[in-house]
Amino acid sequence: MFEFFVKRLFTIIPTLVLVSMLIFGLQQLLPGDPAVILAGEERDPAVVAYLHAKLHLDQPLPVRYAYWIGGVLRGDLGESVRTQLPVTQLIAQKLPVTVELALLAMAIALVIGIPAGVVSAVGRGTAWDYAANLFALWGLSTPNFWLGILMILLFSVNLGWLPASGYESPFVDLKANLAAMVMPAFVLGNAIAAVLMRHTRSAMLQVLSADYVRTARAKGLSERVVVLKHALRNALTPIITLGALELGTLLSGAVLTEQVFTIPGFGKLIVDSVFNRDYSVVQGVVLVTATTYIVLNLLADLAYFLVNPRLRA
Amino acid sequence: MKPPFRSTLAALLLAIVPLAMQAQTLRIGLAEDPDILDPTLARTFVGRLVFAALCDKLFDVDEKLAIVPQLATGYAWSADGKTLTIKLRTDVTFHDGEKMDAAAVKFNLERHKTMAGSNRSGELRPVTSIDVVDPATVRLNLSAPFTPLIATLTDRAGMMVSPKAAQAGGANFGTKPVCSGPFKFVERVAQDRIVFEKYANYWNKSAIHLDKIIFTPVPDSTVRLANLRAGQFDFIERVNPSDMEGLKKDSKLKIARITEIGYQGITINVGKSEQAQKNPLGKDARVREAFELSLDRQGLAQVVMDNEAQVGNQWVAPSNAYYAKNMPIPKRNIERARALLKEAGVPNPSFTLMTPTTSDAQRLALVIQAMSRDAGFDVKIQSTEFATSLNLADKGDFDAYILAWSGRPDPDGNLYSFHGCKQPLNYSGYCSAETDDLLNQSRALRDPAERKKVFEQIAAKVLKDRPVVYLYHRNWLWAYNARLSGVRNVPDGLLRIQGLKMGGT
Repeated sequence: MFEFFVKRLFTIIPTLVLVSMLIFGLQQLLPGDPAVILAGEERDPAVVAYLHAKLHLDQPLPVRYAYWIGGVLRGDLGESVRTQLPVTQLIAQKLPVTVELALLAMAIALVIGIPAGVVSAVGRGTAWDYAANLFALWGLSTPNFWLGILMILLFSVNLGWLPASGYESPFVDLKANLAAMVMPAFVLGNAIAAVLMRHTRSAMLQVLSADYVRTARAKGLSERVVVLKHALRNALTPIITLGALELGTLLSGAVLTEQVFTIPGFGKLIVDSVFNRDYSVVQGVVLVTATTYIVLNLLADLAYFLVNPRLRA
Repeated sequence: MKPPFRSTLAALLLAIVPLAMQAQTLRIGLAEDPDILDPTLARTFVGRLVFAALCDKLFDVDEKLAIVPQLATGYAWSADGKTLTIKLRTDVTFHDGEKMDAAAVKFNLERHKTMAGSNRSGELRPVTSIDVVDPATVRLNLSAPFTPLIATLTDRAGMMVSPKAAQAGGANFGTKPVCSGPFKFVERVAQDRIVFEKYANYWNKSAIHLDKIIFTPVPDSTVRLANLRAGQFDFIERVNPSDMEGLKKDSKLKIARITEIGYQGITINVGKSEQAQKNPLGKDARVREAFELSLDRQGLAQVVMDNEAQVGNQWVAPSNAYYAKNMPIPKRNIERARALLKEAGVPNPSFTLMTPTTSDAQRLALVIQAMSRDAGFDVKIQSTEFATSLNLADKGDFDAYILAWSGRPDPDGNLYSFHGCKQPLNYSGYCSAETDDLLNQSRALRDPAERKKVFEQIAAKVLKDRPVVYLYHRNWLWAYNARLSGVRNVPDGLLRIQGLKMGGT
């Protein structure tokens, strides 16, 4: 296991270098001069020229990359040209918000998705199965944006139970934080729960027809033990991969959901920065997101070892 | 004490105590996240909205666009128009306690002019030097007469920041701005909130009835409105025109509409690049006239803006004092348009209309396409993301371009940079010695009646050459909690905090 871990760790470094080049290179393909958009409505030629020099836009691409990656290696991701705040500070502000939203959404997805998948597989063809499938269809086909607005209209405007926006840090006011997070977390979790349910169902159906499950049943084990201990544990391997990928997607920012609920997370930051051609912010955020994604995949690989003893050999 | 009486008393107390004790907080929903909060570097309209509570200016404009003093008490021009003497208030301090005096004004104007990346240096270009006459008097020396300077000082160029804090903050001063407005900066979490609290030593504190202001950017107008309805916000800007009908029926909310000082128009490439000569629209003024005659402005305003716009054909709205009455809005005339196209030898001219990807601009392009088809035009719509479209416009890589301008209080701000030869915002590439001469004359004249005459001459020339076809002036639409009183409709679209009160009448 240790050898595997070290091997994977070594593949991460060239991947990250490649990712950093891609992030930098692809962004340069965006049409439009960032200095022109940053110079505002007046677009004073002197300001445009100043911004060109400040952003090294007059330098060749490799030199610009060297400036950026040099800063990254020193832990300096640059500063936002729009707000002049350091990118590291922006990430430090947004990352905890996005992580909290992602974890809450994932918790909701797991709590709904996996039991629904198990129930649906075990009770295949019954009313439970149909109900779970209906739920999955609803979750997969409901746009987050629409569901979000409907929830705001119902729970905030009509019933007045939950705030429509107004994120508060959990360390300042936990109750206000949860009140602001519950709707966006549910909107995001609902869609992922549907995906998890479908995958759990098909993995469980496959495992439940395997020989060792029949053996377990023949041994006289209770159905509960057969399903939860023998079948589910094996069925979980592909679900962990899926969960890690979904979590990675959540951590890169749920753009529309964040917009609807005014959650100051990664999604809003990156979209605004792309439209404003705030290159250093886009680069910094994408780099952090890509690194998170890679690390989550590594952790998923490690999790296989924990749930599947055969891999440990 | 009998229980019913006790409960009534308790209810009364509950009702009264919060009003008396609660700090008055105004929560504003903005359509965008503002850029840097440094008046020298700031670039966005939404930033100006925030500055209105934070930074006082030398002058301000009122509901009728008349210039009124704010940090100044008055001004006088020299006979040759090359010196402007401004008298200042003597009771103003910055949020850090420093005194706002002539030396501070000199520092600020010089900072605007010389700071790297300053967006104000262009606006203050005619100012060559600043003299401190005495602590309450400052003199601006100009290279040439420039009447619009006073109007320039009603915006960010006239905002004064604390010299001490500006020197300490350097280029990052805008992350913790220190001004002399009614509210001082507390904190900013990018894309989440900007928090201000009342400045106790504000010079005009009797006009301030709020204790705290929280600005939250919410880009989607439906979400912004839902937040207002849910009581999360007290005031929202830029309401979607289609939501206005529903808002009128809501007794808990009030609405306000103000015709903007800017405009929505179509910029035509008449000389920006060689492309101008390759299509009939850029090449022939008759084709441009035919295009304008094919459009029904009222119809455009109705379909695109739900009638929340004032139609117009100039850089200022017909209600503006400087509107040139000699050039009224032309009526739609398909017969005349067809005749002009025939005369020009192109009965079915074709051109590409570049448009930003906003829903308003897209709708506008579609209606223009349909209307002009009646006269024989074949308009191809090219939807282009805003930054890219600006780049293409700058290179002259377009035939016609839907472009709006947020506007400036003086007509010069809507005119000079767009129609002066080789000016930075002259995307049409229009260049006429006669127009340039008239534009410069308008800058030197101080008598409004005389300026108006020159603007009429400019209108007679430019509106015939048609580098820009002006369509309408949008309404700034605001919605707010009915408990909020004292909202003033100033045409620059900025909310004045002075006089605002929660729960007052």
